[in-house]
Amino acid sequence: MSVLTIERKVLEKNDDLARRNREMFAKNDLFVINLVSSPGSGKTSVLEQTLKYFGSSLRIAIIEGDVQTDLDAQRIAKFNVPVVQIVTNGGCHLEAKLVNDALSGFDLSNVDLLVIENVGNLVCPANYDLGEAMKVVIVSTTEGDDKPLKYPGMFHHSSVLIVNKIDLVPYVNSNPEVIKKNAQQINPRLKIFETSCTTNKGIPEWCEWLRSQTKKRAV
Amino acid sequence: MHELSIAEGIIDIIHQHVTQERLHDVRSVRVKVGTFSGVVPDSLEFSYQAITSGTTLERSFLMFDRIPFVIQCMECQQESVSEDGITLCPVCNSVNTKIISGKELQVKDIELEDVQQENL
Repeated sequence: MSVLTIERKVLEKNDDLARRNREMFAKNDLFVINLVSSPGSGKTSVLEQTLKYFGSSLRIAIIEGDVQTDLDAQRIAKFNVPVVQIVTNGGCHLEAKLVNDALSGFDLSNVDLLVIENVGNLVCPANYDLGEAMKVVIVSTTEGDDKPLKYPGMFHHSSVLIVNKIDLVPYVNSNPEVIKKNAQQINPRLKIFETSCTTNKGIPEWCEWLRSQTKKRAV
Repeated sequence: MHELSIAEGIIDIIHQHVTQERLHDVRSVRVKVGTFSGVVPDSLEFSYQAITSGTTLERSFLMFDRIPFVIQCMECQQESVSEDGITLCPVCNSVNTKIISGKELQVKDIELEDVQQENL
């Protein structure tokens, strides 16, 4: 028997493509977030509220990732922003190549903020760098307090946590303070927002923070 | 089930390091998997077997070096193994910690059966 020593990262191909995406984003002064959560936490709803808040004051483009259908892209298209739907046909996460292919659908020089809405899944998308500046993870109060502890990888890889459906707290057995505390045990550096897409609570704070990040990038 | 695309990544790496005529000599492929890499070794081996079946790599299999998730506290300097992904220092409770290992996902080495010398 002979042994070939290799020591190579398995995901290096994805990481290389992500690096290329990141260079392209930098060249266009583009702030890019990768929005991740379980299915049904409210990624698209938070995006809708965000688009409503900004109106035409920020140039936003959206990439939607779903296993099937372009239903989310249809929801987003109502806001008259550029949107490309990626259908993974069973794939449980987006990869840098899929994002790279989707980028040809935009004029990036006319965009300040690109939001990539990943496939609803708290596990697999954590491993795949898409070239984004940061991952933003959403947990809704209806999912229970323990999600950060059960799916630590995603919280570890994220920079921002949005606790969504905060208006439902009186009706569910869930405490946002516990969600936050659990998430901070995994990642103490998380920037945290609490939002409701029904009452609009917390949406302005989230959006103004987003705007400040975008400006920082453009300056 | 992102293990399937990870298995494809491993096969790509094998193809880059082993010539076509020696692919059927590949036996074990050793993969370093951190406990916090998000990859389940059993699922990865299952995916690998599924996609190498009927190919020149079908006699090969994966072996795993499991790397623990280790954090180091920047306050008390203590290194600790974290079983659950929590990054608080279990000694002094500081949040100021750094990850030492546990996120690895690497092909470490490939073991090849020696070529039989025929008709000598």
